[in-house]
Amino acid sequence: MSTGRGPGGTGQRQPPDLGYSEVEQELRANVRALVAARSPQSAVLARTESAEPVDTGLWRALGAELGVTGLAVPEHLGGAGAGWRETAVVLEELGRATAAVPYLGSCVLATAALLAVGDTELLPGVASGERVAALAVPFATAPGAAFPVGVTATGDGLLRGAVGRVADALTADVLLVPALTAEGSPGLWAVRGAAVDPLVSLDMTRPLADLRFDGVPGRLLARGPDALAALDAALTTGAALLAAEQLGVAEWALETTLGYVRTRHQFGRPVGSFQAVKHRLADLWVAVTQLRAVARYAADTVATGSPDAPVAASVAQAFASQVAVTAAEEAVQLHGGIGFTWEHPAHLYLKRAKSASIALGTADRHRARLAGLVDLPYPVQEQQA
Amino acid sequence: MSTAPPAGTPTGTPEYLRAAVQRLLAAHDPAHTPAAEFLGARYDAGLAWIHFPVGSGGLGAPRALQQLVNDEFTAAGAPVLDSGRHGIGLGMAAPTLLAFGDEEIRRRFLRPLWTGEEVWCQLFSEPGAGSDLAALATRAVRDGDHWVVDGQKVWTSLAHEAQWAILVTRTDPNVPKHRGMTYFICDMTAPGVEVRPLRQATGEAEFNEVFLTGVRIPDAHRLGAVGDGWRVATTTLMNERVAIGGHAEPREGGLIGLLAGTWRERPELRTPGLHDALLRLWVDAEAARLTGERLRQQLAAGQPGPEGSAAKLAFARLNQQISGLELELLGEEGLLYDDWTFRRPASPSMLQGTPGYRYLRAKGNSIEGGTSEILRGIIAERVLGLPQEIRVDKDVAWKDLPR
Repeated sequence: MSTGRGPGGTGQRQPPDLGYSEVEQELRANVRALVAARSPQSAVLARTESAEPVDTGLWRALGAELGVTGLAVPEHLGGAGAGWRETAVVLEELGRATAAVPYLGSCVLATAALLAVGDTELLPGVASGERVAALAVPFATAPGAAFPVGVTATGDGLLRGAVGRVADALTADVLLVPALTAEGSPGLWAVRGAAVDPLVSLDMTRPLADLRFDGVPGRLLARGPDALAALDAALTTGAALLAAEQLGVAEWALETTLGYVRTRHQFGRPVGSFQAVKHRLADLWVAVTQLRAVARYAADTVATGSPDAPVAASVAQAFASQVAVTAAEEAVQLHGGIGFTWEHPAHLYLKRAKSASIALGTADRHRARLAGLVDLPYPVQEQQA
Repeated sequence: MSTAPPAGTPTGTPEYLRAAVQRLLAAHDPAHTPAAEFLGARYDAGLAWIHFPVGSGGLGAPRALQQLVNDEFTAAGAPVLDSGRHGIGLGMAAPTLLAFGDEEIRRRFLRPLWTGEEVWCQLFSEPGAGSDLAALATRAVRDGDHWVVDGQKVWTSLAHEAQWAILVTRTDPNVPKHRGMTYFICDMTAPGVEVRPLRQATGEAEFNEVFLTGVRIPDAHRLGAVGDGWRVATTTLMNERVAIGGHAEPREGGLIGLLAGTWRERPELRTPGLHDALLRLWVDAEAARLTGERLRQQLAAGQPGPEGSAAKLAFARLNQQISGLELELLGEEGLLYDDWTFRRPASPSMLQGTPGYRYLRAKGNSIEGGTSEILRGIIAERVLGLPQEIRVDKDVAWKDLPR
């Protein structure tokens, strides 16, 4: 497993590659073309109000046609044997389209956990996309959070309890559930057949669900430190790669807004010729340019197993959340009236960006985590008289 | 003696360059060779700017491999010039001399520039033409094989130290402003050049006013065609923004390192609000650092583009925010300043200054080298393709512009 869990200090590392290889650029073009063909923007919006909010057709195509659902999985386990850098490129494109597929949950969070525990049974199906796996933790959980205690397992492997607000669980065939064992130590279980209650979610393209386990049988994947490490690997990899998806959201918002202000005329000139608008978009471009560097670095650290991965992931989430939300908010504002309507897709990006800013830890939680990782301690509380 | 490779040698490979560096280090032990002598040998070996032509400090090698060469020299403890004193020469004059100077010009100027024997300054801004550089009024009139220059420049770093300047002038007042400019190399020791210190908000004088009265410049020291000075100046300015923004720094390498250091060493100064502000800026500094690194990786492969403007914009804002927070963190100590007496810094560096100095000096970061407003305009128009500002003076002869 490539997620480093070292001390995360400020030591020197191998120079990171912050660009895109030719293979990665080709991958991007293929994913973009497929998403445009299978999941055009009009269809995305229509689907949110349908009985099937998740785009299973696009999901099957990503797996069966492009083979990008197993990029991070080694070839002998049925994957493409690429890595997290390539996975991040796919996420950028899925973010650009607010695609409603369980890629982050199955191909990143669950895959990272399964790789960490050395699973060979579930990974081939997950890698091919035939099986969807989800990590059963609240979507807002940050790396380094306390081990969840909402679910417990009996001695014979029956799980009881509940987990709220889980992402990508609606279509999951198998859930990876952190739960306390009968002896009270952490464990990670593979579970089928939990009760799944869909929730009305702010992000209409990534619906959440509550999960209940009423004595459901589970298979123990790891226990003790191995279970903790798997959970940490999943959350760190997820936080690092979520930044790539946020980059895609921010890019769409910036590009679409630029297109609009170039053509929309008011007061006899294009809206984009007014300095107040130009300077806001220039600032936004700078922020998106910075987000690209930050997101590439985060993906590179998890791909190479760098000990700096925890720092890079927290920097990425502290930075990406703010940029993606600002980009989506600017898109709504600078589109004027049309940006506030249901028919224009800007609101889908606003909802995705704001939800992603809470997912896998808010910016504030990641800054607090960074404080420990890079030795910038919180003030010691003074004694109250 | 030249150690440039014979024709046909594959000089553009990492193996060749590594071997060439090692040969040079073997012949000139950096520990026992004076800096200027070592740098001269490095220039002669074509290892200064490796993408420059043979004979001009380079090997015609791919620019992408420059970092490899720099890293090898750094690892060996080889001397490098102080960027405070030589930044304008290395970052702005040299690429302009390469792009627009003839063989004669390059031979005369590039080597002493590289070895640090000759310091350069940049005579661009004027009291009546700062951000609107093309409005400049310093006049150059042809007189046989010379030009005679009269006018005033301002905000000139290093003018009191420099032997040479890159200079933009007005040579034709009868055409619109961008078309009537011509670019020269100016001898700062020539009669008629007068340098006066310009004191700034920090109390010291990094900059100067430069008065040019009947200064004679040979036509041989013209860069580019008569009337083509704007195009030459644009090359200089692009390189300026790259020189300002495109550094590869280690984590906490800039002002944020000083602030973080104070936080670690002085627990009694910490408050929850300052902690939040510090971490926000730490994250922003890391984002700016990684962006600079990504820009550097891109530049290594190609030519400077407008992306340098983004890095400059970001660093200016960051420096101002960090230095402002540093004073607040210091509390009472932030009420003090070190020294208001007039002085001329040998090599201005914010990292060596006091917190009060840093706070004041950082205010210049969003003005020098192009104001943040100008840079936003450049990004909006050249990168994002937004419509140009309405320019009422575009087709008006310079002499008819209101002043």
